[in-house]
Amino acid sequence: MDKVLDVKNIEKYYGNKSNLTKAIDNISFSVDEGEFVGIMGASGSGKTTLLNVISTIDRVTSGNIIIKDQDITKLKGNKLNKFRREELGFIFQDFNLLDTLTAYENIALALTIQREHPQKIDEKVRDIAKKLEIDSILNKYPYQISGGQKQRVASARAIITNPKLVLADEPTGALDSKSAKKLLENFEYLNKELRATILMVTHDAFTASYADRILFIKDGKIFNEIIKGNDTRKEFFEKIIEVQTLLGGDLNDVI
Amino acid sequence: MLFKLAFENIKKSFKDYAIYFITLVLGVTIFYMFNSIDSQEAMLQVSSSQKEFIKIMIQMLGFISIFVAVILGLLIVYANNFLINRRKKEFGIYMTLGMGKRQISKIILMETVFIGVISLLVGLVFGIFGSQLMSILVAKMFQANMSKFEFVFSSAACIKTCIYFAIMYVAVMIFNTITISRYKLISLLNAIKKNEKVKIKNPIISIFIFLIGACILGWAYYTVTIGFETLTKDEKLLPPILAGIVGTILIFWSLSGFIIKVIQSMKGLYLKDTNIFVLRQINNKINTTVVSMSIICIMLFITITILSVSLSIRSTMEKDLKEMTPVDINLYKTANLPEKYINMYGREIICTKEQIDDSHLLVSDTLINNGLNLNILKDIVEVTIYTDKNVTWETFFGSHIDEVKAKFPGLLYENAEEIVKVSDYNKIARLYGIDEYELNDDEYIMLCDFKNMVDLRNTVLKDGNTLEIAGKKYKSKYSECKSGYIMMSTSHVNTGIILVPDSCNLTDDMKEEFLLSANYNANTKEEREKIDEIFRSSDSGFVQKLADSGINIDGMTKVTIIESSVGLVTIITFIAIYLGTIFLISSAAILALKQLTESSDNKQRYLILRKIGCDEKMIKKSLFIQIGIFFAVPLVFAVIHSIFGIQFALKTMSALASAEELLPSIIATIAIIGGIYGTYFIATYIESKNIIKECNN
Repeated sequence: MDKVLDVKNIEKYYGNKSNLTKAIDNISFSVDEGEFVGIMGASGSGKTTLLNVISTIDRVTSGNIIIKDQDITKLKGNKLNKFRREELGFIFQDFNLLDTLTAYENIALALTIQREHPQKIDEKVRDIAKKLEIDSILNKYPYQISGGQKQRVASARAIITNPKLVLADEPTGALDSKSAKKLLENFEYLNKELRATILMVTHDAFTASYADRILFIKDGKIFNEIIKGNDTRKEFFEKIIEVQTLLGGDLNDVI
Repeated sequence: MLFKLAFENIKKSFKDYAIYFITLVLGVTIFYMFNSIDSQEAMLQVSSSQKEFIKIMIQMLGFISIFVAVILGLLIVYANNFLINRRKKEFGIYMTLGMGKRQISKIILMETVFIGVISLLVGLVFGIFGSQLMSILVAKMFQANMSKFEFVFSSAACIKTCIYFAIMYVAVMIFNTITISRYKLISLLNAIKKNEKVKIKNPIISIFIFLIGACILGWAYYTVTIGFETLTKDEKLLPPILAGIVGTILIFWSLSGFIIKVIQSMKGLYLKDTNIFVLRQINNKINTTVVSMSIICIMLFITITILSVSLSIRSTMEKDLKEMTPVDINLYKTANLPEKYINMYGREIICTKEQIDDSHLLVSDTLINNGLNLNILKDIVEVTIYTDKNVTWETFFGSHIDEVKAKFPGLLYENAEEIVKVSDYNKIARLYGIDEYELNDDEYIMLCDFKNMVDLRNTVLKDGNTLEIAGKKYKSKYSECKSGYIMMSTSHVNTGIILVPDSCNLTDDMKEEFLLSANYNANTKEEREKIDEIFRSSDSGFVQKLADSGINIDGMTKVTIIESSVGLVTIITFIAIYLGTIFLISSAAILALKQLTESSDNKQRYLILRKIGCDEKMIKKSLFIQIGIFFAVPLVFAVIHSIFGIQFALKTMSALASAEELLPSIIATIAIIGGIYGTYFIATYIESKNIIKECNN
């Protein structure tokens, strides 16, 4: 399978010479097309920094990040924005929906800023909304719908541009367990049926158990990697818990 | 410590203060400029009557300054309130650190003093330079020569400005202290989280309300323009004014809902770039500021209308003046004085024998009798004006009288029409350089150039009209009024003169007035002024002699006419510019502050746009369009209002202003509005850009 994301020996330092913090300390990994990869770690472990450098919001100190044959560490200015707009999709913990726009408009906006043809936009929005079961709330404003619905609208917005890679930052962080489950089922659907490649950062074991493969990060380094393979989700969940115990009790304290 | 904190605060949040600062500086500048006119008077070469006008103008501007100060005061309190609200969180932090409300008030007080002093200084500097331009304007308006140009500084205006603004700042301080004392810590700390609720209106209702608003406005427009004739009484103006206000509010209430519905149907526009976002932003903004938008729109409307009309009055008048004052002097006196009569104030006047005897003489004879050497005049033309007590306005209108009375109930219909022999008129017309006329023995011509009166008289003349004058019937030669006049005046105000053939049997007892029209026998300006003094100054021997003998000659000279009308119009123009600019500053400042109020919400929204991949160019563009439309909307509606408002004003003041002279004044108005409005627009755009830039990383 093709590699969608190839991270090679990246490092990210903060601070100055006298007081240097290594947020990412020589991490390498790759994600294949159609994979659903989870990244787990405690707060301060460097997982958000990792997501930020992959999503081009932040820059690495050294190393290369290659997405679909393009080294994004070399991109600058408008090219970077264009790349982010066209090749990446984002799902955030706090939804990041525009409060003055309806659900329909929030989803459509992702396409209009790519200058998609207006006729196609309507078609595409209605199509994805049906698939994510939000077609009945398209004309509602964010404050009129539930958190789960909001996150599904955000997912629709992230996926509608057919990105190479969907980056999800704690997508279930602001949801109750029922909504979280529903959202993760949607993720599975996006991944399996729509062939979306997803990279998800989380510290919740249950959320992580929906992924195919999980990378554990501690103090800026990859600490462990587990693959779901042919396990059931329950077995995979137990494996995750085991690694977490190994990582140290501090992880469970964080919510 | 508090001092340092206050100073640092201003340095840090200078960008936030930009709009506040601009408003203060502009306020101070304009206030100083209009209050420093008295000091510029010294350098102008003006006559005594012009001095009087300048004095009156200064007095009036002084009164208006109080009104202006109140408006500016309210505006400053409003702008300041906006700043304080933006900093709630900061005050919350001060309070958690154990600072008392008193100390916070002290910090703000110091900040107010800082910014007040700086803006006062900057404003005064601008004002002092601006007032130099002003003196050129004053000189031009009064058509005076600037004897010398010197840099004037008016300490009186400076002190006045300082005192007025000091009072305003004190008001701001009191207001701030009250606001702070009402704050609760918890709400201060949570202030930033409080999102303005998105107001949503039912689109169907919006369209409905929009149509109602449009209809109401349409009716108001119709009434003040096409239906102008029905507005015979002042009270009748009230419904269209109220309709205008209500219509404006309804339109602004429903505007965004209406526009969204329209644009949503245009998919190509709706689903392009960040248009969805821009549209919703504007929608939200207009929905939350319906009342202020309406007020701003109406203020702009008033500004545009008064500026264009007053400037147009000026140029119309100047043009008219040249036309209407072809000679240097008109002198006239009443003929056939009775032994006693009741004057217009109801007092009985008994005429002396001297006066009665004199009233049978021509003006020139009276002049000679009173020792005036006629050599000082040249081109003398004398005309006798007759009246026939059987030919009044009422008889002229004949069968149309009821219709005319219904339209203009205030006219004096028992007034006798003025009658002049055509050969007399032609003599004076030749002197004035205006059209001469010929008449057959059974014809008459109605001369009239006062626009409203022309329309009225034409309704009678268009069907052909016959009048019986001095026992003989005459029919109107033309089916309309002809233009012409025999006395100079400030503008076209001849309400009617009947020209009759010389053969008309006008007897001596029908003589009403004698008129003498002449030029001064002078070559230089000085000589002309000297002769003018003989007729005008109460100290001149001739005027004294007339007064002693009790003989009354009325008259006007070119100089007096020009000076009085120019003086009056200049006062109107200055007041219009003064009030207009203040209204404009207020409107623009409120718009700017409204735009910046939501900046923290906007910050969040633009951050999201960036996250989903909008580049800076797109963001800047959408911000620019958004602010541009927000500023343009009230202006556009104000301009539409003004189109009708100006037409109404022109009709009301048909003698003073004319549509032909409107274009340059409209251009001047656009320049003034563009300058001030544009400054605020740019400042708002830059400030908004800075606010959303803060969250870039």
